[in-house]
Amino acid sequence: MFTSVDDVSARLAETGYLASPAVATTVFLADRLGKPLLVEGPAGVGKTELAKAVAEIAGAELIRLQCYEGVDESRALYEWNHAKQLLRISAGRDETWDAARTDIFSEEFLLPRPLLTAIRGDGPKVLLIDETDKADVEVEGLLLEVLSDFQVTVPELGTITATRRPFVVLTSNATRELSEALRRRCLFLHIDFPDAELERRIVRLKVPELDAALAESVVRVVGALRAMDLRKVPSVAETIDWARTLLALGADTLDETVVRDSLGVLLKHQDDVLKANAKLDLDTM
Amino acid sequence: MNPPSAHAGSGADVAERLTGLVGALRSHGVRIGTGETVDAAQAVAVLGFADRESLREGLAATLLHGTGQRPVFDPVFDLYFPRGVGGPGTGPAERDELRDRLAAALAANDQALMARLAAEAVDGFGGYGSSPGSDGWSSYQTLDRIRPQTLLARVRASLREGGGEAGFADRLLDDEIRRRIEEFRRLVGAEARRRVAERRGRDEIARRAVAPTADRVDFLLAGRTQLAELRRTVQPLARRLATRLAARRRKAARGSIDLRRTVRASLSTGGVPMRPVLRKRRPARPELVLLCDVSGSVAGFSDFTMLLVQALHDQFSKVRVFAFVNRVDEVTGLLVHGAADAEGLGARIRAEATLTGWHGSSDYGMALGEFTERYADAVGPRTTVFVLGDARTNMSDPNLPAVRQLAERARRVYWLNPEGRSQWGTGDSAAPAYAELVEMRECRNARQLGALITRLLPV
Repeated sequence: MFTSVDDVSARLAETGYLASPAVATTVFLADRLGKPLLVEGPAGVGKTELAKAVAEIAGAELIRLQCYEGVDESRALYEWNHAKQLLRISAGRDETWDAARTDIFSEEFLLPRPLLTAIRGDGPKVLLIDETDKADVEVEGLLLEVLSDFQVTVPELGTITATRRPFVVLTSNATRELSEALRRRCLFLHIDFPDAELERRIVRLKVPELDAALAESVVRVVGALRAMDLRKVPSVAETIDWARTLLALGADTLDETVVRDSLGVLLKHQDDVLKANAKLDLDTM
Repeated sequence: MNPPSAHAGSGADVAERLTGLVGALRSHGVRIGTGETVDAAQAVAVLGFADRESLREGLAATLLHGTGQRPVFDPVFDLYFPRGVGGPGTGPAERDELRDRLAAALAANDQALMARLAAEAVDGFGGYGSSPGSDGWSSYQTLDRIRPQTLLARVRASLREGGGEAGFADRLLDDEIRRRIEEFRRLVGAEARRRVAERRGRDEIARRAVAPTADRVDFLLAGRTQLAELRRTVQPLARRLATRLAARRRKAARGSIDLRRTVRASLSTGGVPMRPVLRKRRPARPELVLLCDVSGSVAGFSDFTMLLVQALHDQFSKVRVFAFVNRVDEVTGLLVHGAADAEGLGARIRAEATLTGWHGSSDYGMALGEFTERYADAVGPRTTVFVLGDARTNMSDPNLPAVRQLAERARRVYWLNPEGRSQWGTGDSAAPAYAELVEMRECRNARQLGALITRLLPV
């Protein structure tokens, strides 16, 4: 899919995703080695966006499995369309048992869920398994089979093997430790907050109307906040929100009043706001 | 899969470096299987050596499985894949001239230039000794001569001058420059380590000079910055603990099949057991009592105890927490639901609870005796008791009968000791005596703590 690491950066940038060298390298490797990519990092640094961007580059279909507590095989893999099966049975009452039985477990009554969808078919696909850490441990076992061999066994149909491997991205916020076995099957990428230079470019890209000097100040203030010991430090998504807010407020430069009034966009806890106020000397002004 | 060992002519050398790197990482507790090493070799083949940072990321992606391992990986990588052996070819630079260039690099925040200057600085000012056997490279000496921290004012001035407007963000300038200087110091450290490694053999240095990951830092030895880092490690631990306990409790809620009642219920359907009747579990209310030593000798440990206590408090409905030094006092009321501020809590406890009598050193005998007397009602047959402390009695009576009484009355008693097992019984430690009465476990770092807590906690 890609020719070099630089090619990855360039083409991700075309889709509006500015990647750090670490991200570009790992995506390149995941593509070359054909391994799933496990992406961890704080919320709002673009883990999910990365999968979307790769899908866009490859012209691939993005298949998303959103994990949550209680997601199970029938939600992740496939299930049988019971209602339709019942209809089929009652429609053919005078059939022999054999005819009816073989019929209702065919493709027609299969409801493929994300994992099966990603394996079947010949088109290019990107499989995004979002917030893997939210799913129960049993689901991880299921993922192991799918991700190592790219095959799924449906007892009534037999084993379905991928003819074309999807590009797989798993994301995790590390609320729960993923199993060692799952980690072993993946390339590991930790996306952290971008450095100032990269974040400035991201802000300029996402909010082009914002004045360049102001964008620089925005990034610097956010950087200072991240260096503080806060409960929830602002992430890139919040930086962009803040930039948009400033634009909407019509601010051309940062000053105490503007920062104090809009700090809530960046910080989500009252103690954090207080801490930031003290540190940035907002209250003494 | 065929590992591209014949890559780039010097395949054997690469393979050796790679296995050396893997070996060093393993010796630091990073678990790496052969499969990963093969992946790493493939990554090397795909990426080549042209871009060192890219190679670093590629190896990290294939070899590591978690974020916590990165601080170990980076220095080890620097040792095995050095930035151009020998450093740039310029001779030892003049001190002032180097400082000038460093100031410029700091002002421009040019990372690559800073790295080059770090190499040059170690080259020019870090060497010591003259005889071939005893010489080496010192980051301390380098930093002492270069004094990057004194460049702050200069860098600030040059940035102010060039930047023009003095806006709001300018008040952040000092902190930013300080962070850049800190980064330069780190680079100097890495460079000096690398040079020493060249002299003394990489494997040796890789094993010794790299700091352990946060979850393996000894509670009792942790320094201030390490403590902050450890706190960041323990907090997700609490979250993880919460999810795991919730899952375990959910599972426990589904009981086994009650055959008698299933058969009886099946009478209405003509003997066909349509609905299995499950034996209902009485929702056991886990009662937890924590007895924490908060004396100065275990200060590092007790901060984590506090974090843990907070996490448990959020998880369990019935937790009572008692703190002691040589007197015991209940501190449950000082815990706030949802707060996660260990330092604040520790300070609050020390300020508001009566924990010391005539002297300030811990006395387990007194404290335990007072506990069994004053708070006899806190412990019953359904209570699990955790005692957190090093069992150092300062030569006073360990009061074993009190512990025996505690063990008899409670469902289980666990003692978590932040000292290594080899230390138990040395000096004034009464650990072996206590360990005979209650189950004592070594709990020296966040990793052990996490493993223990999930195993020992009642559902």
